[in-house]
Amino acid sequence: MDVLTLSRLQFAVTSMFHFIFVPLTLGLSILVAMMETRYVMTGNEMYQRMTKFWGKLFLINFALGVVTGITLEFQFGMNWAEYSRYVGDIFGAPLAIEATVAFFLESVFIGVWAFGWNKVGKKMHAASIWIVALATNLSGLWILLANGWMQHPVGYVLRNGRAEMVDFMALLTNPFGLLKFGHQVVSGYTVGAFFVMGVSAWHLLRGRNREFFKASFGMAAVFALVSSILVAVVGDFHAADVAKTQPAKFAAMESIWESCRNAPMNLVAFPDEKNQCNLVTALPIPGMLSFMAFHDTNAEVRGLNSFPKEDLPPVLPVFLSFRLMVGLGTLFIVLAAVALFFHRNNLLEKYPLFLRLLVFCIPLPYLANQLGWIVSEVGRQPWIVYGLMRTSDAVSKNLVMSQVVGSLIGFTLLYGLLGFVDIYLLAKFARRGPEETNMGATGAFGK
Amino acid sequence: MDLHIVWFVLWGVLWGVYFMLDGFVLGAGMLHRVLGKSDTDRRVVINSFGPVWDGNEVWLVTAGGATFAAFPTTYALMFSYLYTPLLILLFALIVRGVSFEFRGKEDGALWRGCWDWAIVLSSFLPALLFGVAFGNIFAGLPMDRDGYHGSLIYLLNPYGIVSGLLFVLLFLVHGALYVGVKSTGDLSRRAEDLAKALWPPLLLVAVCFLGFSNFATKLYDNYLAAPVLAVVPLAAVAALAAVRLFLAKQRALAAFAASCVTILGVVFTGVIGLFPNLIPSSLDAAFSLTIYNSSSSDYTLRIMTAVAFIFVPIVIAYKIWVYRLFRERVSAETLAGDHEAY
Repeated sequence: MDVLTLSRLQFAVTSMFHFIFVPLTLGLSILVAMMETRYVMTGNEMYQRMTKFWGKLFLINFALGVVTGITLEFQFGMNWAEYSRYVGDIFGAPLAIEATVAFFLESVFIGVWAFGWNKVGKKMHAASIWIVALATNLSGLWILLANGWMQHPVGYVLRNGRAEMVDFMALLTNPFGLLKFGHQVVSGYTVGAFFVMGVSAWHLLRGRNREFFKASFGMAAVFALVSSILVAVVGDFHAADVAKTQPAKFAAMESIWESCRNAPMNLVAFPDEKNQCNLVTALPIPGMLSFMAFHDTNAEVRGLNSFPKEDLPPVLPVFLSFRLMVGLGTLFIVLAAVALFFHRNNLLEKYPLFLRLLVFCIPLPYLANQLGWIVSEVGRQPWIVYGLMRTSDAVSKNLVMSQVVGSLIGFTLLYGLLGFVDIYLLAKFARRGPEETNMGATGAFGK
Repeated sequence: MDLHIVWFVLWGVLWGVYFMLDGFVLGAGMLHRVLGKSDTDRRVVINSFGPVWDGNEVWLVTAGGATFAAFPTTYALMFSYLYTPLLILLFALIVRGVSFEFRGKEDGALWRGCWDWAIVLSSFLPALLFGVAFGNIFAGLPMDRDGYHGSLIYLLNPYGIVSGLLFVLLFLVHGALYVGVKSTGDLSRRAEDLAKALWPPLLLVAVCFLGFSNFATKLYDNYLAAPVLAVVPLAAVAALAAVRLFLAKQRALAAFAASCVTILGVVFTGVIGLFPNLIPSSLDAAFSLTIYNSSSSDYTLRIMTAVAFIFVPIVIAYKIWVYRLFRERVSAETLAGDHEAY
């Protein structure tokens, strides 16, 4: 272990932990905003109780998302000073703009929404959660434009010993960043939708507040189906872009060792990194990979062996994560379609097994999100900025082992504790019905 | 217009506004156990800043982001050199944020007691560390061709400690005044009395800081070169005196406003003294990080200036709206009817 490895491990731990909370914030903010909009439009009290019940879970999750995000902004300087110095001229801008344009909006209006039930009118109150939802998504856009630049650097020149921005518009319209943003936000919506479906299913299994949870379930099921289909559609475009911009990552995702035209998609494969080939390949669909990547069955797909060895990412984790992510994504579409069908035909309570399945599916979209980031970030290695700067050149020079060991242990313990408390509280308030959440005198807030 | 200077001023403004706004949250957080005799009192204190603390903390994120975008070399070296204190600061800010959210989610005395002490500690540490860090930045960090030669222990030099104490006391008085104007009855009176009691030690430390700065730093060089700039430290001192005068006249809101000016004045006293450095080197001025040798390209500064000049006024506008929206005092009665409060 050295400072570099430990710093990478720390970035992985802190960003993955941060990303337990972000997708739910992305998805649940929109669902809660839709619930409150219904309340404002129909005047139906149930939708207000819905807003408050799901809103409470939203806020518990939101708090951790916010505080763990600051870590990432600090870490670029703390652990990756050489990176920050080399690319700060272009990479710092989207981060600063995110804070100024989006993060302020989100953090100020979350206060209006959480504390303003008796301070602002109904419409303004609903507008404030929409502002939060919008700002959260906007925040994601800037962060992913920053990450998109690390994946596919554009709009810069090498000058004065660093990368300097020369074309801001190129940064804003970087297809890599925009596609990743699209893929990511709808993945977040999927997390939110399956969360609401799963918690609703838990209550429906117990026959509690049936009308309330059926209505919640229905909204989430529509959202789940639309978002999970969009995840796949945008993901497909995203993968095609990766094939063009990051051929080594694409080859690792599919475990393709030799370049070939009319490349098949192997339904079964397993990489053997030592011998630089596949242990097994079976069930090929001829030309499918060329078609998916370049929309032409005759196009050439570059294999891993066509790259210098020192430019290759670790193949196995990228390959496995990608497969599993795609598998889960497909499963979400099927589950969402069945859920919507059952809900529309009032069959949910006839199939308790399906409801139970949905409860256990709550963590799966979270997993898919993490896997996607593994594909994205591990697949970019050995580069921190693709083709421009190696991760090994990016780490801070003045750090010593004891500092990073200490901080990594600190983060692990603190995050472990907070994660535990967060899950405990989410479970507690999710299991509580909406009635109990809002009962002042006996609830948690009346005393 | 020299954009480097524009961004230097903006850099100072972001830090100044951050300390002015989060200062009262940090101060009230340190004091909520002392001021709040009962759980309800403590909830009043926490809910008095409940709707705004998150938005206040974003000024820090923006100050960090602006340093990254406008002065990337300063961002990179400042954050990696001050690794350990920043880490403690991060942990504290994380704990503070979740403590506000989690504290009211269970009724048990042990649960609330734990989060209460977490709030006290995680409010005290940032106040102290920001003071220590800025004191050391004012004095200069030991850096040269080979990098940084300091450590956490090094930062706790006498001048660093005086600066840390100054920040802690500034925020304590600021927080007590905030609770004074945002709560009612006994709690409000206790808070104002505490602000009065903390004022003499604050004055003492402020005098020490100003005197010590003459020996430990080169901050006063700029004031000697352009004496007109001395209005800033003089305004800070006058505002500090005004805090006590307004308190004597029972005008807590005016005292709080004066405390805001004091904090801005202290930050700007230091920032003006630093110019054109962002972080001076205490070993060799050739290795000082200045607004010229550590800045972004002109192109990036132009883009960021446009963004800042469009969006910062918008941010300020809706923040003022929110402060007006929640201007009402918080009391046990207002909390009893609000089930969404902390």
